Order: sequence, then structure tokens, then C-alpha cells
Amino acid sequence: MSLHVDDLTVYYQSLRGDVKAVDGATFEIADGEIMGLAGESGCGKSTLGKSLIRLDTRMRYVRGSVELDGQELPVWDDARMNPFRFRQVSIIPQYALSALNPTRRIGRMAVELLKSRDVAVDAVLPEFRRRLELVDLPQDILERFPIELSGGMKQRVVMVLSSLLDPSLLIADEVTSALDVSTQRAVAELLVEFRDRGFVKSMIVITHDLSVLYQMADSILVMYAGKLAEKAPAETIVNDSRHPYTQLLLSSLPEVGVRYAERRLKGIPGRPPSLLEPPAGCRFQARCPVATEKCDEQPPFCPLEAGHEAACWKAVA
Amino acid sequence: MLELDTCCKSFRVGAFGTKELVAVRDVSFEVRSGNVVSLIGESGSGKSTIGKMILRLLPTTRGTITYDGTDVSTLQGRSLREYYADVQGVFQDPFSSYNPIFKASRVFTMLRSEYFSSLSRSEWSAKLERSLEAVSLEPGDVLGKYPHQLSGGQLQRMLIARALLLDIRLLVADEIISMLDASTRIDVLNLLGELKSRGLGILFITHDLSLGNYISDETIILRRGRIVEMGATEKVFGDPRHPYTQNLLASVPHLHEKWRHDRVVAAAVPASADDGRALVAVDEGHLVAAGFGP
Repeated sequence: MSLHVDDLTVYYQSLRGDVKAVDGATFEIADGEIMGLAGESGCGKSTLGKSLIRLDTRMRYVRGSVELDGQELPVWDDARMNPFRFRQVSIIPQYALSALNPTRRIGRMAVELLKSRDVAVDAVLPEFRRRLELVDLPQDILERFPIELSGGMKQRVVMVLSSLLDPSLLIADEVTSALDVSTQRAVAELLVEFRDRGFVKSMIVITHDLSVLYQMADSILVMYAGKLAEKAPAETIVNDSRHPYTQLLLSSLPEVGVRYAERRLKGIPGRPPSLLEPPAGCRFQARCPVATEKCDEQPPFCPLEAGHEAACWKAVA
Repeated sequence: MLELDTCCKSFRVGAFGTKELVAVRDVSFEVRSGNVVSLIGESGSGKSTIGKMILRLLPTTRGTITYDGTDVSTLQGRSLREYYADVQGVFQDPFSSYNPIFKASRVFTMLRSEYFSSLSRSEWSAKLERSLEAVSLEPGDVLGKYPHQLSGGQLQRMLIARALLLDIRLLVADEIISMLDASTRIDVLNLLGELKSRGLGILFITHDLSLGNYISDETIILRRGRIVEMGATEKVFGDPRHPYTQNLLASVPHLHEKWRHDRVVAAAVPASADDGRALVAVDEGHLVAAGFGP
């Protein structure tokens, strides 16, 4: 197993108490697997992604363990995580489009970044150039300022930089969301190519867009209100999901070909619970059409069949 | 009802405004009552600029926009006020459409003082309740709350309710559901469908092709400020003629069908290739930039 996360729980500290953004996440990612992490805004998907590499100051590690390639990641210890960052675990941050220093040319910024991480710059630069070429960026890109690049180009620069040291795990947080459809497709396909070429071993792709994940991910993990709802191969999630939330979410997505006049889609009534004091039991309960009394008790995230797990009493029965 | 005739918009950019950026080039189309027209384009295609020109938030550089036969740019004072009683806009980010230090229902009270000062308190609240119900909001849930206490979907629906209070005939909906979550945005989309059946004309501006396809009767594809293809939605989506439209459609991620690698005609035609090409009909009510037709 490349990545093994066990009962990872991370809360946000706020004046009114803990916001339980990631609660008991347990999952595995195999070597070479691209796992999509999907969910609506505020469900904790970005928090889960970030907590695998760096907890920001508001985030508080509560419990759980993370193991990468048989080695324990000390995610709770900022200083001890440093040797792992960029080398073993790397992230393409959300808003990567503004991640580039506007006052530096791309080349100089890359050199500064590598030096700050004690990487032998001369040994890495030829590979950096080769990869920039691979993602169809012009040769003179190193001489340019970020303002001279389009959104898709900036995204590709950040992708190449983040994966330059061939990390074992790459976390891509909403990398395609801010892009136009054609650029979005190009970037998504490049991420798959990075995996195929062995630049990264496995990947977590965080997005709210299930249809993009279906195109590129091997498996999809759906989160709801800080809890894992369902994980399965992409094909299974889309065609044969078992958790009511996944099913309702999928049925609310308009696709090209579905027209209002012919088939009316329905949303999910209600809104997600506050994570300050989430209800006991299943957190989807209040919006779930098939909820029963049993749902007052938190359903375990348990396997239904090989590679397919869900947290729902109905799915188990 | 609303007609755009060879509208152009250019902005001065660069140091001291020395350069000219043409955002909208020779755009002509029409929005009729009971019709949803989707304006689809990627970033920088000028789609929002067109919406703002219709709402008179920006002047046109060339060309005319007429509403029921009157040139919109000539409206002033009283006639402009009447225009806004018929034509309203709702924008992308509901959170920035409200002033965070006032209660969200202030958008209604401002409207009352401007347009309905003659109504009594009870008449007004009855009217307000009706329009909130029309967008399936519970008045008790939203009135008297601050913007941060409401969800994006609720705020967005309140803005639509505000537009409905005026009994408008045309709604400019600029990316109104892009910020909403998947599980709630379809409700707002269905609401637009209901409004349409009541005779409202809607200009639906979006970058999301599947949303445009779901709701609209007519589709306009914009590229770099120019219309490259337009027509009935089923024709544009079912039989796209312009390589740019074909490429866009091939890039849309589907849920039950993987991207096909033979379908990309990417970058085959640069945007400049559309310069000077007029739109010609390839089918009844299906126009494509000349040269990309049959």
C-alpha cells in the first residue's frame, strides 16, 4: 500500500469550539492509483488533503495515523514533516493560479524554491526544462513573469514544480476548477500522464466536480460533512453507488443531453449540518430520504465488496 | 423584446490607456419573452460584458441595444427607472451582492422605497411573501437574517425574488449558479425554467455547457467577443459545425462517457480566423461563422 490513513481526525479551532472538518477518515491508496476526493463545499475534502502534508495554524490534529510507503508520516509535527514535504508528499495548492511569486521570473523563482529545500539545483534543472517542454510550455517560459502567462500555463508550471522531485504522493487541490473546459481537459489528462510516466506514484485529486473525476480517477472517495461517505472504483461510484448521498448528488448533475423540458432533475433538499456541533449518528440523516431510527447511530465505513466501502446502514443491509 | 444589433465594446488598457482591448465584436441577437437564451463562452469571451451592456452598467462602444423598439442608451431618469422595472440582473457571487453589515432583506426595502412607496405595509409584505414563495423560500427563514447566516443558494434565490417583485420581463442571469453546490444549484436552474414558462425572457450567461444545454431554448457560442455559432440549443449541441464548438463539446466531462481521443480538434483554428467572417445559416435557425458550414 502506498498510502494508508487510519482514523485521521483534524479539527479547526474557533472561538465557538472545534469545527469537526475531518472526522475519523480511514482509507488506502494503492501504488499508481489516482483517487478522486469529491464533496460539496465545506465537507472537509481540502482539509483532509492538506492535513496529509501541512496543518495550518488553525488546524488541530486530534488523532489518527498516516503511513506512506511503510513509513509513518508525523503529520502532527510540523518540523518533522519537513523532510517529507516536496520529496515524498507534494501538493498543488488550491488557487495555484496565484501561487507564483509575481515579482520573480519563473526560472529564478524555481531556483529559489529548490535552494530553500536544499535540492541540488544543477542536477534538477535539466529535468525541469524537459518537463516544461513535455507539458507544452514554450522554451522561454523561464524568462517570463507569471503575469505573462495564461491560467492554464500557470497551472502547468505549478504542476511541474510540485511534482519535480517525483513524490510518492501528489495532492491536487481543485486544480481544474478555475479553468475553461478545454484547458480543464488538457490539465486533467496531463495529471494522468504524470502518473503514467512515473513522475508521481499515486495521487489525490480533490474537486467538487464528479464528472471530471470520472474522466481521470481510478477510484472516487465521496465525503459528506467531515465524514467519509463512500469509496469505490470510479465506474462503480457513477453507475452503482450505494450511499444515498452519492446517488442523490449524481442524479442532480445536469449533463449535456439532459434538457429541462424533457427530464427535470432534482436537487437535495436541506443543507449540510454545521460542523461545530454535528448531529449524532449519520450526518446525512436529516436530508436522507431513506433514513430510519437506526441512523441515530453512526454507521461504520465498512466494505461492501472488494474495493467498495460505504458508511450507510442501508447499504450494508 | 430585447435586440442587440452589431454591438461592440472596447476597453482602454495598458499604461495610460494606450492600448485598445476589443471585448465584444459585432454581436447581434435577440431575446424573446418565454425564451431562455444561453450565452456560452470561456473566460475572456466577453459574455459578462454583454450582460452589463444590456443592464446599462457599461455603455456600448458601437451598435445598439433596443428594448421593445427603444434604444436603451437613450434612457434617462424616469424612462431608465421604468426600464429597470422590466429588466433586472442577478450576478455570480451572491455573497458580494449583499452589504454584509446590513440584514439581507435590505435588498427588498431598498426596492420598496424606490418603486413601491405607495403600497401599504400589509400589501407590501403580502407581495414580498408571494415572491419569496415563488422561489421556494420560507419568509421566516430568510427575513431578518444577515447574509452570513444564509447559504449561497438562499441568497441567490432572494436576489431572484427581488427581481420578481418588480414583475420583470427580462432577467440577465450572469453565472448565477456557478458558485452554488451541485445539490442546490439544480433547484435554482429549475426555478429559471418555471419563470420561463410564465413568459419571462432570460439571458443565461455561463461557461458550463451542460447547464446551458439543460435550460436554454437557444444557444450562442462566443469566442473572443465574437459569435461563432448560434441557434436552437438542440441544433448547436446536436450538430455543432464550428471547430471551436466541436472542441468545446468534446472537452466537456460527461458522467457516463469517457473523453474520446479522436474528437479533439484543438487549436486547429486560431481565434483570429473568425475575423471578418459573417454568420451564415447552415440550417433553419442555425448560424455559423462563414466557411465552417456545410
